[in-house]
Amino acid sequence: MMTAFPADAILVLIEVMPSGALARSAAGLLGAASDVGTPVALIVTGADRAASAAQAAGELGAAFALTADPGTDSSSLAVPTVDALSAAADLVRPDAILVSNSIDGRDIAGRFAARSRLALAVDAVGIARDEEGIVAHHSVYGGAYTVDCAPTFGPPVVTVREGAVEVRAEATTPQVELLSVTPSGAAAATIESFEERAVTSSRPELRGAARVVAGGRGLASQEQFALVEELADVLGAAVGASRAAVDAGWVPNSYQIGQTGISVSPQLYVGIGISGAIQHRAGMQTAKTIVAINKDPDAPIFDIADFGVVGDVFTVVPQLIAALSARKA
Amino acid sequence: MKIIVLMKEVPDTYGERKLNLETGLAERGESETVLDEIGERALELAVAQAGQIDDVEITVVSMGPTTATATLRKALAMGADRLVHIADEKLAGADLGLTAEILSAAIRRAGFDLIIAGNVSTDGLGGVMPAMIAELLGVPHASTLSSVDISDGRVSGIRETDSGSMRVTAELPAVISITDRFPAARFPNFKGIMAAKKKPVETLTAADLGIDPEALDTPRSIMLAVSQRPPRAAGTKIVDEGDGGEKLAEFLVQNRLA
Ligand SMILES: Cc1cc2nc3c(=O)[nH]c(=O)nc-3n(C[C@H](O)[C@H](O)[C@H](O)COP(=O)(O)OP(=O)(O)OC[C@H]3O[C@@H](n4cnc5c(N)ncnc54)[C@H](O)[C@@H]3O)c2cc1C
Ligand SMILES: Cc1cc2nc3c(=O)[nH]c(=O)nc-3n(C[C@H](O)[C@H](O)[C@H](O)COP(=O)(O)OP(=O)(O)OC[C@H]3O[C@@H](n4cnc5c(N)ncnc54)[C@H](O)[C@@H]3O)c2cc1C
Repeated sequence: MMTAFPADAILVLIEVMPSGALARSAAGLLGAASDVGTPVALIVTGADRAASAAQAAGELGAAFALTADPGTDSSSLAVPTVDALSAAADLVRPDAILVSNSIDGRDIAGRFAARSRLALAVDAVGIARDEEGIVAHHSVYGGAYTVDCAPTFGPPVVTVREGAVEVRAEATTPQVELLSVTPSGAAAATIESFEERAVTSSRPELRGAARVVAGGRGLASQEQFALVEELADVLGAAVGASRAAVDAGWVPNSYQIGQTGISVSPQLYVGIGISGAIQHRAGMQTAKTIVAINKDPDAPIFDIADFGVVGDVFTVVPQLIAALSARKA
Repeated sequence: MKIIVLMKEVPDTYGERKLNLETGLAERGESETVLDEIGERALELAVAQAGQIDDVEITVVSMGPTTATATLRKALAMGADRLVHIADEKLAGADLGLTAEILSAAIRRAGFDLIIAGNVSTDGLGGVMPAMIAELLGVPHASTLSSVDISDGRVSGIRETDSGSMRVTAELPAVISITDRFPAARFPNFKGIMAAKKKPVETLTAADLGIDPEALDTPRSIMLAVSQRPPRAAGTKIVDEGDGGEKLAEFLVQNRLA
């Protein structure tokens, strides 16, 4: 039987982690969708995992869950998911298509928008509905401006910044349907191997984290960068870095905060040995509270810090860790 | 082998960048313009490849205002063989979809084996253009690469994602995008600057590419409203006198942040 989809359907692409769990972005995407319409989740994953993934999407508010099995195609980069998204959009006729603004999400959204000739809104921090349809809110130039965008007609494809949407949808039991997908045959790159990053399970992910401790060139070496991690663990924070620290090879690429890295908007950002170059600030200056430790009293980070300590990180930070640990004990 | 490098002129990120509060467009002339740094890294990669592979021709393709030609000429001095500049007043404020259509048409016209782009530009920050172009050209794409190897008609490399890193391979022709882990570009030398003067520069309009930017049959993304947020102000700054760490701990606890 063909499912009838509601007129206000919002199609949400849910990313599935290699472990089979839904990506953390799922809750915010389904939350944003529920705010403006009926969330319809699309989950591209192996048949053996589809049922549990659909149920997990329901817990995050998906009223409908379409599942698609990429089969042997799963080693092709992006294209099988784009094919599934095209099939789902044809079936559901949604008012908008939401995708995470992750690295994979951007590839999929870009190909899908180009293929289906739909308008694309990237890195939205929220969505709304007006008389004409779905509007995307953006925060640009490091949060200096707020911009609202909408398509001239048709549903927009929107990539949503992870951690930006706080709305959560109510849990429900989704109506599940297996989506039939005709492969487009579009040429794709092949994934030859994948190495999942070892995750420190106790430490939150950087994208969307409530607290972030970031380290820069001032840490001077990879060994000493451990101080950043130590403070992060005491605060229950995610670890980030400046481009200088990434360039030095102390931390992986995915730690980079800033214009060409990740944009974070945490409750608390602590910058250690980071000067606060304009390109770094572009990725963190919307944090609620900014704290900085730097030995240079003229470091630009102090211009935007709510609390700044002019001092040596190697004396201030250990003392801070000791003081916080003492309170916990 | 025909390598296309996608480069754009952007407002210098070291200056203050402004949006026009009425049109929502980036204010040209408000800040100095430069070649986007990530595009320079893409060109550096192409030039390095040209040193290793026979018969490489590097074409820089860029869409941007007429005045950008001066900035783009630097690419020729850095080692590109020719420049295709799409400049058309009707393209001011072009959205991602229109930009992708224009660039794809210009690339198809120039001919290509490998297209090298940045992973994200430093002004639009879309991070989607390479995937869109690959779709429109019907070729594979490998994005966000931190290393690249080109041989035997294929391109492969390490692709960094949010959850790990993967090794990917694509048959040429293909599109790749690179991250800022790639080395910064060398400064053009005197010889390069002199040679650049003789290199071909082609300026195209949308009509030359058979595209009508004002056609109403394709949806476009438009700006409805723009507002400026008040800049952040500095708060308390203390100089460590032996108890800086403790004072900071107090601040965090008082504000329920620890
Ligand atoms: C197009 C473009 C994009 C860019 N994108 C990004 C981006 O996404 N993210 C990013 O971060 N950067 C980016 N950059 C680079 C940026 O301009 C800076 O170079 C970088 O942010 C500097 O990192 P840093 O603050 O760690 O290093 P530095 O600027 O060298 O600062 C180190 C700081 O540590 C302090 N320090 C040193 N020792 C101590 C000590 N013992 N105790 C206390 N303080 C100490 C120093 O006083 C100094 O202020 C970009 C640049 C360009 C041109
Ligand atoms: C603040 C801001 C926000 C915007 N938001 C949106 C939006 O939500 N939706 C929308 O449709 N449009 C948007 N635009 C317009 C969009 O940025 C332009 O169409 C832009 O030219 C292409 O996008 P990008 O720079 O973000 O590309 P990215 O996808 O970030 O660029 C990646 C790479 O593609 C290549 N490339 C990109 N543009 C060009 C070019 N013009 N010439 C040559 N190579 C290029 C470069 O190699 C670059 O490194 C926005 C523009 C601004 C300034």
